[in-house]
Amino acid sequence: MIDQNSKTLLEVRDLHAKVSDVEILKGVNLTVKCGEIHAIMGLNGSGKSTFAKVLAGHPGYQVTAGSVSFDNQDLLSLEPEVRSRNGIFLAFQYPIEIPGVANSQFLRLAYNTNQLSRGKEELDPLEFDDFVREKMQLLEMNVDFLDRSVNEGFSGGEKKRNEILQMALLEPKLAILDETDSGLDIDALRIVASGVNKLTNKDNAIILVTHYQRLLDYIVPDYVHIMESGRIIKTSGKDLAKELEVHGYDWIKADQLAKSTESSI
Amino acid sequence: MTLMTLSNNDYINSLVERWGSYSNSTNVAWLNQLRSEALHCVNKLRMPTTHMEAWRFTDLSSLAKLSFPEALLFPRDQLSELARFFLSESESEYRLVFIDGHYVAELSQIDSSEKIIQGNLSSLILSHNQIISSHLGKLAEFQDDLFTALNTAFIQDCACVILPRNVSIARPIHLLFISTQSETTSYPRCLVVAESGSHATIIEDYVATNENVYVTHSVAEFFLADSAKINHYRIQRDSNQAFHIANHVVSLSASSYYAGVNITFGAQISRFSQRIELGGEGAECSIEGFTLITGQQLADTHTFIDHMKPQGKSRQIHKCIADGSAHGVFNGAVMVRPHAQQTDSAQMSRSLLLTDKARIDAKPQLEIFADNVKCSHGATVGQLNKEEIFYLRSRGISESVARNLLTYAFGGEVIEHIAVPSLKAQLEETVLLRTQIA
Ligand SMILES: Nc1ncnc2c1ncn2[C@@H]1O[C@H](COP(=O)(O)OP(=O)(O)O)[C@@H](O)[C@H]1O
Ligand SMILES: [Mg+2]
Repeated sequence: MIDQNSKTLLEVRDLHAKVSDVEILKGVNLTVKCGEIHAIMGLNGSGKSTFAKVLAGHPGYQVTAGSVSFDNQDLLSLEPEVRSRNGIFLAFQYPIEIPGVANSQFLRLAYNTNQLSRGKEELDPLEFDDFVREKMQLLEMNVDFLDRSVNEGFSGGEKKRNEILQMALLEPKLAILDETDSGLDIDALRIVASGVNKLTNKDNAIILVTHYQRLLDYIVPDYVHIMESGRIIKTSGKDLAKELEVHGYDWIKADQLAKSTESSI
Repeated sequence: MTLMTLSNNDYINSLVERWGSYSNSTNVAWLNQLRSEALHCVNKLRMPTTHMEAWRFTDLSSLAKLSFPEALLFPRDQLSELARFFLSESESEYRLVFIDGHYVAELSQIDSSEKIIQGNLSSLILSHNQIISSHLGKLAEFQDDLFTALNTAFIQDCACVILPRNVSIARPIHLLFISTQSETTSYPRCLVVAESGSHATIIEDYVATNENVYVTHSVAEFFLADSAKINHYRIQRDSNQAFHIANHVVSLSASSYYAGVNITFGAQISRFSQRIELGGEGAECSIEGFTLITGQQLADTHTFIDHMKPQGKSRQIHKCIADGSAHGVFNGAVMVRPHAQQTDSAQMSRSLLLTDKARIDAKPQLEIFADNVKCSHGATVGQLNKEEIFYLRSRGISESVARNLLTYAFGGEVIEHIAVPSLKAQLEETVLLRTQIA
């Protein structure tokens, strides 16, 4: 929900980043205020996941220019774990499997670490078990997933639910959901979307990375941004996604082209 | 015969000099015979050097200087201190305890019923002469192996477990070898004879009271008759100053099953050589190894799985975590002989290096002489996975905690498969302690 008076949570200015010496992000600008839902759309390879990982602090990506402030702090100088404790959450496009680490152990460790950093109470294994089961119900997740290794042998959809479960546990200020909809059938999509909707409020914000309109029927964005070649080339209201669905990405390009020729006249 | 120029072989000589005084006590003719044959081989054999392929990475020159004598008897009034090495299911475990190589009846807990025959060699050799004489020394060939020959020449006692036909023992049998004295050599020996259809769990456990320097030369022989099933947990948690040289041979008859977990934590230099003979149709083995070493430790594991008959199955996973400047060696040979059709064999070796100075040499070795077989093998050596570390950090977990968690998880997988709860808990604790780098 857009409220001009709410405070700015994330301010990205002219962000450039490279990986293995290839520049991927070429000047991203984005402002997210509390209470807002932003969708970032774009073709495969346009840099959406790179942007998400740079925000989360992946050490494989090197920021070469620009600035990011999050909650009035310089985000880029912080270690990934500190960003998480400060309220950044990335639901990965491809959640990694961690054999040998029980999901329940991992979830509790993550939860307690964050609780501790916020000066709140930790939960012992029994208390946590009750707590996490409640959250799992929200996502209609089978409790068997607690005893298995983190994401190991989970189907694509199960991995995505496990990501949103972590979001539910950590209660981030800014959640970046990278293609959380892909790999979900329509029922799962509805469940996950309703879970996400329950977690949103006027004090947090969400960035949804997707290239389908489908998810946006369930989680309605306030803004839709189009990313191409490492930049956000167009920003509009929620209807942009629908137009995109009808006309395809070429339509944006043509539209952009028209604009740039206009302005160069 | 004293043209030994190599100081290495002085080691053998000075051990042999003591042989006379040490082991002239038995009045069982076949055992005397076995020992003197072994002694004969000891006299002919040489200390292995790194010029030999099988010992390339394992330099024994520091051992060669340590021809320690056998230990004295442990003071009887201090026995109670050693109860800490019992499993916490001690009420329910069968136990044979050897202190510095000597059998200690006071600490052992054996069943006198006919269901299972267990005890030390001297107490069983007269009553079970037939079965013991037809097995002891029959698998562990000493003609070409110095350390097997040494152990056999020095057999004074032996942990014997004989499982009669179709007997199934639920209580674990704990063969506990405690080292208490510095600068001693011991020659532990185990003999397991599982008659057809029998089943038991055997824990072969090497522990130490102190961070002493001592030498262990151990040999174990396991005979599994048709359809017998043995779970074997071998735990080497010697002092980090010790030397541990071990040979283990398993013979599997038709449809028998050997499941072994081999854990290596201790010793400055250790060598575990294992040969598993799948000598009957449909025999199966599953072996898991886990080595966790640090500092200057060297741990060498050589396994040889010999598929001799059709429809055999073998599964092997070997894992090693090397920290500090430690050096792990794994050589896993699998042989499929010409008649061993429909063999199904899979081997995997995974190693984790925690520092730049740690080192792993892992080598699978497949020799396949049958055409209708399924064999796979693989080896990975690496650092912790960077994406896994980032995933954990992205959830607020600090880098050091993430690394510890992943290191623990790597080894925990093998420990996980130990079905004796208190042993599993002990080992988990050790692994946890050793993988928690602040
Ligand atoms: N580790 C990497 N090394 C080299 N190129 C990469 C790496 N990661 C991503 N890229 C490239 O960066 C571009 C953007 O990728 P990505 O951010 O995953 O796009 P999206 O999420 O929009 O599909 C692609 O061209 C991709 O090939
Ligand atoms: Mg992507």
